[in-house]
Amino acid sequence: MKVLETKKINKHFHNPVDFHVLKDITLSIDQGEFVSIMGKSGCGKSTLLYILSTMDTDYTGELHLAGELVSGKPQQELAVIRNEHIGFVFQFHYLLPEFTVLDNVMLPARKLGKKSYKEIRQDAYDKLELLGIQEQADKKASMLSGGQKQRVSIARALINDPAIIMGDEPTGNLDTKNSENVFNIFKDLSTKQNLSLLIVTHDQDFADKTDRIIVMEDGNIIS
Amino acid sequence: MTNYRVIFDITRTHLQSRLKQTSVAALGVTFGIGTFIIMMGFMTGLNGLLDGLVLNRTPHIHIYNEIKPTEVQPIELDDAFAGDMNVIHNVKPKESLVRVHNALPLITELEKDKRVKGVTAQAIARVFYVAGSIQLNGVVNGIDIMEEVKLFNFGDYIVKGSGESLLKRNNGILLGAGAAKKMSLDVGDKLNVSTANGGVFPLKIVGIYQSGLAEVDNIQSFVNLKTAQQLLGEGNNYISDINVKLHNMELAPEMAKELTKSFDLSATDIQTANAQFETGTSIRNLITYAVSITLLIVAGFGIYNILNMLIYEKMNDIAILKATGFSGADVKKIFISQAVIIGFIGGLLGLILGLGGSLLIDSAPFETEALPTIKTYPISYNPMFYIVGITFAMISTFLAGYLPARKAENIDPVEIIRGQ
Repeated sequence: MKVLETKKINKHFHNPVDFHVLKDITLSIDQGEFVSIMGKSGCGKSTLLYILSTMDTDYTGELHLAGELVSGKPQQELAVIRNEHIGFVFQFHYLLPEFTVLDNVMLPARKLGKKSYKEIRQDAYDKLELLGIQEQADKKASMLSGGQKQRVSIARALINDPAIIMGDEPTGNLDTKNSENVFNIFKDLSTKQNLSLLIVTHDQDFADKTDRIIVMEDGNIIS
Repeated sequence: MTNYRVIFDITRTHLQSRLKQTSVAALGVTFGIGTFIIMMGFMTGLNGLLDGLVLNRTPHIHIYNEIKPTEVQPIELDDAFAGDMNVIHNVKPKESLVRVHNALPLITELEKDKRVKGVTAQAIARVFYVAGSIQLNGVVNGIDIMEEVKLFNFGDYIVKGSGESLLKRNNGILLGAGAAKKMSLDVGDKLNVSTANGGVFPLKIVGIYQSGLAEVDNIQSFVNLKTAQQLLGEGNNYISDINVKLHNMELAPEMAKELTKSFDLSATDIQTANAQFETGTSIRNLITYAVSITLLIVAGFGIYNILNMLIYEKMNDIAILKATGFSGADVKKIFISQAVIIGFIGGLLGLILGLGGSLLIDSAPFETEALPTIKTYPISYNPMFYIVGITFAMISTFLAGYLPARKAENIDPVEIIRGQ
């Protein structure tokens, strides 16, 4: 089953001059597949990721998520889709610094509002435990180290049991040991929980260990 | 689909983590609203005092017999001259009594009227106060003291002695403060009064009257109605003025016209007599509102500024909330609710500050020659000011929060996440 599928996605940047950043991107990702996107800076890989994540809507072409066409939907609906089906991990951890670790993990689930506060709290604990940082649960997010923060943001990405996890260089800001750690977590999620992952990375070692590498150059997928 | 508890939790955390800024913003509102309430209370209190100074004492309808030439001259009644153009030179007023005709039946009639709250009768006598070798001009007003106290707050203007003592003595007099000072007389002293037709009456001063208007206090004094009638050498049907107080002041002009027509006498209503007071009051109110609203707008800009800063600081948070599935509308709600909470807390404290300030001013001593009964500054505690205050606080903070919140709503998360 295809979790994510695109048909002829094109995007232009208009500022300062017209620039064709993505050219006829057609790709698909299967359930449980661990895919990495590689390419030089400016090749459009991050731009593609943000289109796939539904945050960027300024493109032409079709994007299907979990079998549903999402292109052209209003922002409000896209927010709901992101909330329910997509987990996000960024290079800079992007936790809400004034909230506790547990609150940070719980937020997307509380927004979704499908479970009671108690259930969500339990889920969040479980996810933190899965990532080995349950003892940090009640600390303020700003008190954690980089590696810990990244694990918290992975826990947050997992909280609504999404169809796919997307990452924009999630290990780009971590040392080798922590990178290794994060990779292993991703690999586990992919194999044990049959979760799809799409990770943009610069790290050749990281990419080599994934199921499939998409290489981009000048707005095209070349392999 | 909005989960308000989450929105509220985020709002609360944002406010708590920036307690100092939040407090400053709320304090801006507090001072705005507090000053508004103090100003409104003080100005309205002062207005009430000034209006009361005149309006309390002024009858809603004043009935008297005006001396004027007869409007229809006898020649015009004669059929022989009908249709001719009759010119009479040098018309003079007819000799007539200054008293109101048939005053007693008229009073009975007025008292029956449902619109009327009360009627007082007066007999005015022009006299001289005899003080040794000199004589001072004076006007002695014969009144029914209890009715005057009840209807026109007469008691407020008796600064020494009491009004009731007038009831006990037929020859008692409440002397104007200015006249008393000139003649160095005080309560308990005797005063001789000589009337226009030559008689001299010994009276005993039972109280001092002070209106605050020097011209009045220098000549005016009060005695029992009967005493005044005796001074004038008239019977108990001699009444020169009838003062009417209505339940509803607004009916005065209409009723005055009615009385003039049906009883053939002069009746003046309060609106005609004191038109300038209405104008003064409304202009003072206008100034108060203008100043207060300016204060609140300044407070509103403070909130706008602080929320704007907060949103710049929170760009990352906004981006991450949007990336994890919060919609622009949710983000807008977070920031608007922050503004409204600041407005509500600040406004509530402002009400307390306003009340406290009002109480303080209310207890501050304020003594003036012109206002004998006033010991402290006048303050109005009209609940309307408090309602307007908190409502304005909520509305202005909502508006001050709305613009920055809309900016937050439209922030593109991709730009921020990629911009790092």
